Amino acid sequence: MAQPLVKKDDDRDDEAEYSPFMGIEKGSVLQEARVFNDPQLDARRCSQVITKLLYLLNQGETFSKVEATEVFFAVTKLFQSKDMGLRRMVYLMIKEISPSADEVIIVTSSLMKDMNSKIDMYRANAIRVLCRITDGTLLSQIERYLKQAIVDKNPLVASAALISGIHLLQTNPEIVKRWSNEVQEAVQSRAALVQFHALALLHQIRQNDRLAVSKLVTSLTRGTVRSPLAQCLLIRYTSQVIHESSNNTQSGERPFYDYLESCLRHKSEMVIFEAARAITELNGVTSRELTPAITVLQLFLSSSKPVLRFSAVRTLNKVAMTHPMAVTNCNIDMESLISDQNRSIATLAITTLLKTGNESSVDRLMKQITNFMSDIADEFKIVVVEAIRSLCLKFPLKYRSLMNFLSNILREEGGFDYKKAIVDSIVILIRDIPDAKEAGLLHLCEFIEDCEFTYLSTQILHFLGIEGPKTSDPSKYIRYIYNRVHLENAIVRASAVSTLAKFGAAIDALKPRIFVLLRRCLFDSDDEVRDRATLYLNTLGGDGSVVETDKDVKDFLFGPFDIPLVNLETSLKNYEPTEKAFDINFVPKEVKSLPLAEKKAPGRKPTGLGAPPSVPPPTADAYERMLSTIPECANFGKLFKSSAPVELTEAETEYAVNVIKYIFDRHVVFQYNCTNTIPEQLLEDVIVTVDASEADEFSEVFSKPLKSLPYDSPGQTFVAFEKPEGVPTVGKFSNILKFIVKEVDPTTGEAEDDSVEDEYQLEDLEVVASDYVLKMGVSNFRNAWESLGPDFERVDEYGLGPRENLAEAVNTVINLLGLQPCEGTEEVPPNSRSHTCLLSGVFIGNVKVLVRLSFGLDGPKDVAMKLAVRSEDETVSDAIHEIVASG
Amino acid sequence: MASHSSCPSIKNILLLDSDGKRVAVKYFSDDWPTNSSKIAFEKFMFSKTVKTNARTEAEITLLDNNIIIYKFVQDLHFYVTGGDDENEIILASVLQGFFDAVTLLLRNNVDKREALENLDLILLCLDEIVDGGMILETNGPLIAEKVRSHNMDADSPLSEQTLTQAWATAREHLTRTLLK
Repeated sequence: MAQPLVKKDDDRDDEAEYSPFMGIEKGSVLQEARVFNDPQLDARRCSQVITKLLYLLNQGETFSKVEATEVFFAVTKLFQSKDMGLRRMVYLMIKEISPSADEVIIVTSSLMKDMNSKIDMYRANAIRVLCRITDGTLLSQIERYLKQAIVDKNPLVASAALISGIHLLQTNPEIVKRWSNEVQEAVQSRAALVQFHALALLHQIRQNDRLAVSKLVTSLTRGTVRSPLAQCLLIRYTSQVIHESSNNTQSGERPFYDYLESCLRHKSEMVIFEAARAITELNGVTSRELTPAITVLQLFLSSSKPVLRFSAVRTLNKVAMTHPMAVTNCNIDMESLISDQNRSIATLAITTLLKTGNESSVDRLMKQITNFMSDIADEFKIVVVEAIRSLCLKFPLKYRSLMNFLSNILREEGGFDYKKAIVDSIVILIRDIPDAKEAGLLHLCEFIEDCEFTYLSTQILHFLGIEGPKTSDPSKYIRYIYNRVHLENAIVRASAVSTLAKFGAAIDALKPRIFVLLRRCLFDSDDEVRDRATLYLNTLGGDGSVVETDKDVKDFLFGPFDIPLVNLETSLKNYEPTEKAFDINFVPKEVKSLPLAEKKAPGRKPTGLGAPPSVPPPTADAYERMLSTIPECANFGKLFKSSAPVELTEAETEYAVNVIKYIFDRHVVFQYNCTNTIPEQLLEDVIVTVDASEADEFSEVFSKPLKSLPYDSPGQTFVAFEKPEGVPTVGKFSNILKFIVKEVDPTTGEAEDDSVEDEYQLEDLEVVASDYVLKMGVSNFRNAWESLGPDFERVDEYGLGPRENLAEAVNTVINLLGLQPCEGTEEVPPNSRSHTCLLSGVFIGNVKVLVRLSFGLDGPKDVAMKLAVRSEDETVSDAIHEIVASG
Repeated sequence: MASHSSCPSIKNILLLDSDGKRVAVKYFSDDWPTNSSKIAFEKFMFSKTVKTNARTEAEITLLDNNIIIYKFVQDLHFYVTGGDDENEIILASVLQGFFDAVTLLLRNNVDKREALENLDLILLCLDEIVDGGMILETNGPLIAEKVRSHNMDADSPLSEQTLTQAWATAREHLTRTLLK
């Protein structure tokens, strides 16, 4: 039997404190549970034992399978007792143990008896327990009773059945959906909570039927809803209906707005708040619609209840992001919240004020914040730092006081995330506000003098290396950097060496001094530091002669490293040491998003052509390796881009075919991945004949048929075309799959000799302009944009017509262009009226392209877009415009 | 589960002591699958809230994308957790219902010792407030009445009373609590 296990040490060290569960042990309680088997049940004693068992479970103790089964069987004996209190504990215990399917049978009949009992409490609880532990087959047996229970006149019973319905809808939707009529009736119940539960269930049953939900909302918003909870639900459903209907109604009046507004005058605070929040989250809410909601939230701000103040300030904080002007009326109340005892409320108030404040109030706000920074938690400090950063970008003239604030808090105690947020903010301010550069850099220098975080030190050193040499007096930073070489760990020392080298490369006058310092680093204890010093001394010509740094070296030191590390790693792994040295220029630059399956199972790589059937679809990587097995493609040069597979057949057809487009400078190769889904057939000499009559600039150079295509084992056939060099030639291709069919005897798996020629029509394939565009991110869009210069800038405006919302319009354009969104600008904040999206990439011929898209809502739904393109070649800039114009 | 357009849902209800140890806890969400993750959550939450003064009014905070509403009485700490999309006031009403019901069930002796001695009532109380994350009832006196009517030996006359009578008794209890 069960051995006494580890003792729970509750209260053991505190002798003075008494607990009824002191020294409780699982083993002995399980022994005690034998009283459940007594012929004469002592209800009180049994209740106590159950409580002890529940206490153990509650403290995180677990029962083994055997123990749980034993307890469960013992507990079922207790159904004999008529004691109501004990029965209640039995219900609780059964739910906690959650017996397995074969054990459930034991209690089913007892519970079904209770379900039909005259005592309401038995009925209600038996329903909840039975529905918790039941499975689909049992459910159909008790369905009749549940339907009755839903319309039971006792609210406890009705609620129990409705809630069980909500849980069961997840597992057995088809059964619960049959209860609609009863649920509908329960919605009309006079009992407040029954109505709430019925409404929740009814909505979940119908949630995919827009019309039904809309009808439900229409009728209930006119009728009476008794409980505040049900009212909150109705508000949620109403805003959903508003959201969906706003797509097709263009007129000014918003349906159901009046209802939401009337809820602002409800007597229950939860309803008022739910309505106010719903209004602030309406799509494209107008300031006139916002006003009444803001007014009630403002009242909440001065409530004595922290929960109300918190909910109001949190909602207003969100509103301030899109409609700062609407919130300014609350500023006075908001300022008094800065000293709120509850720090979450204070932080939200501060950040709201920072969003709505004007230039003149900045200094006063900063003073208040300084007083309060020391006693809030790090995560709130980060929120404040971020708000200050955006404030500074909004009012660049105020940079001095804001920068001072940042440097002050940088000196104080704080965790890594907090310090990182501050450093990031200073870095952004230095980049965006030229006047702030020198002061900001010095603050950062002082910070690394005493910085415990290696990551931050290296980041700052790197940044110093780029920005420092451009300042009026670069030499003053060198002391700070060289100090790191003395005082830090190897990682920081190495990065300080690189930074020194950058100063030396950029400023010839400093070279002799830098060489002296670098030579000292040659004696460092760490090999990486020594290696770097040696490398830089050689590249910069540290043999004593002070020469001008040549361009290659500068590129090497300062140029962006635009090859994704993953790609470099793959290329290095694939590289076989030969006479030919590894050339970094042959590493593909495209950012590949790894498929999910690949991420989950690292190390499991498809093995190209030899891949066994039924493995997950090969990755792009594997496909490219297939391509490299074709000798004809070897002289096409470097692969520019490979597309994602395009399906050319419907799902579940006899032959499944998809195609991958490989783009080379002067060629395009189509790789058709074919799968034969008929077990009785073997296909031979499979080839896709391509009709390029609608793609007249392409001419076929070769095609490579597939020898044989057995059942369920994918194979590839290739067709290659030649096209004009370096231009985005487009065209449409129609495809026919041709092959020889051989019948296969399914029992032996051997093919018969008879063969028939056959063909199979595939869908058309298009080569479009975005196939010639490669996604490639840039780390700092602004710098990249400036460095490309306005020489080949092309700007034009487009009307995109009515769109669902801005986010949808932005996504459409991103997909159309096939460029990489930068700096998270593909995310459109809800309710915004305008948005700027930054894209970057490479056009065929290795031409860098940057795109700045400015979207604006013009009227209720019409989206207008300004497209500015910069690239290294004007024809490319024009081509990008053509993609949009023709899309 | 707590998606904005769906039903209000409760992630957990916790009753801890003044050291952050469990008196009674009930989890309804899968956010904390193991006991150790639950304990870690309780520890973290306790450390973030213990220094605040949540004795007169329920307090609120946002931790790891969860809204936590809490109230302390004597050496007992009451917590209710919901997703960060949830209507804070609904969560507060659940906490209030739990708190009121416990006050009634423990006959105003709201402390750890009394709670442990009546742990069966506390556990039944949790069971009557929320079922699988769905709110069952938020009215404290009603919850207490539902718990007590099941429990013959708790307060025998109560179980024989009719619903209205019980209501009246419960209301009286509450008024007394408020006037105290």
